[in-house]
Amino acid sequence: MKRKPALPGPTDSWREITPGGTIRGGASAVFFKTGDWRTWRPVWNQEACRQCLLCFPVCPDSSIPLAEGKRTDFNFNHCKGCGICAEICPVHAISMIKER
Amino acid sequence: MNRKSCLSGNEAVAYAMKQINPDVVPAFPITPSTEIPMKFSSYVADGLVDTEFVAVESEHSAMSACIGSQAAGARTMSATSANGLALMWEMLYIASSFRLPIILCCVNRALSGPININNDHGDSMGARDAGWIQIYSENNQEAYDNLIQAVRIGEHSEVQLPVMVCQDGFITSHAVENIELLDDMTVKDFVGTYRPVNSLLGNESIAMGPYESADFYIEHKRQQAEAIINAVQVVAEIGTLYAELTGRPYGLIEKVSMDDADYALVVIGSTAGTSRAAIRILRAEGIKVGMIKIRVYRPFPEAEVAAALEGVTAAAVLDKAEGLSGTGGPLYADVCTTLHRHRNNLFTRNFVYGLGGRDVKVSDIIYVFREIARESADPGNMQRMIPYRYLGVRENTHPGEQT
Repeated sequence: MKRKPALPGPTDSWREITPGGTIRGGASAVFFKTGDWRTWRPVWNQEACRQCLLCFPVCPDSSIPLAEGKRTDFNFNHCKGCGICAEICPVHAISMIKER
Repeated sequence: MNRKSCLSGNEAVAYAMKQINPDVVPAFPITPSTEIPMKFSSYVADGLVDTEFVAVESEHSAMSACIGSQAAGARTMSATSANGLALMWEMLYIASSFRLPIILCCVNRALSGPININNDHGDSMGARDAGWIQIYSENNQEAYDNLIQAVRIGEHSEVQLPVMVCQDGFITSHAVENIELLDDMTVKDFVGTYRPVNSLLGNESIAMGPYESADFYIEHKRQQAEAIINAVQVVAEIGTLYAELTGRPYGLIEKVSMDDADYALVVIGSTAGTSRAAIRILRAEGIKVGMIKIRVYRPFPEAEVAAALEGVTAAAVLDKAEGLSGTGGPLYADVCTTLHRHRNNLFTRNFVYGLGGRDVKVSDIIYVFREIARESADPGNMQRMIPYRYLGVRENTHPGEQT
């Protein structure tokens, strides 16, 4: 069972944050949402998708969640809109649109 | 049992390292500090220490390896000088921000350019803002003693900062002098076992050195500031403990003949030795002169310097580094800040001296004392703007003419 990391928050005083900025507990990147860096957004066409799962392993931000062996919609908390998934999709089921 | 010996400053430091027996020593040779890793690697080869010696390809790599190994929970030391220290620059700041008590033996040498291998403080003075504790040694004995104390100071739970132990290149590093050495067990007991607060190899999974946004960066720096402020007290405590072992007291500063001094010198490093001789000569003439030797430059011992300069008529601050600020050397800036904050309108003069190994003689120090005595006697001089000057620089081409 993975322990939730003790992450300092933006209201913590300098006395409360960890010395040296050390982060305790692993896999804390999930809590740091970087999706707002995105300028392009992938749109998944569920009807056209054949669930070949070529998109899932190439995503550099692990932003294509799997459920019961099938891909689901993008996790936009971490998707940067790089478009690699759209590039690799053999049936053009992912299109890139300009982020507003 | 304490043992009398004769060692150069470099040999003394290498011997202290042997007794401290650090876990890892990554180092790259550079004059005049080369002897330290050279001598120490022979201890490694002879099996006299348990240390992993890492022969790296540059000083940047040396400090990077120090950071990696100390972060993994290993007590780590290195040595360098001048441009080697400059090449470590980027990593010096990382070491202190990670709060890793790495120990660096800095054998002071003029920083290029122009290229020069002799002593001044231009290298470590440039690193004064890097978040390291800086301790300066007057002679080989102090270099040895300071290194042993540095381990306890840096690793103290209230500090957790890297420590730079400085000595003057060639003047101290290569001159063989008498020294009193502690026995191995005493040093081993004094430094104890390193127990890191955070370790990458500890039971807990941690990440060190993550990106810190504007939400955290300033709080992180505030923490580092607290650690360096705490070091003032810790340096004094460790100095007292060390004095109990050796009979040699160590404070943040050393005061020489300051009790009734009219004219004071503020100085760092081996020139303190030269100044002692000048003070003896002038005292024999009835001139009340004294000296404040800055042993710990970072944190700057503000309260101690302020108290020591209380009641003095005039002070000369000697800088063995040209900070090129246009208003004097780095030590002068700190002394002036101290005086201002303590509302002391003391008559001060700053002398930049000894750059690139220019010899500093007893007569030079006597000249400085006579200059501040003469100038402070003329009240008009108080207002005159002479921010700083050089000691012994050739102002004209006529040999024999004193500046």
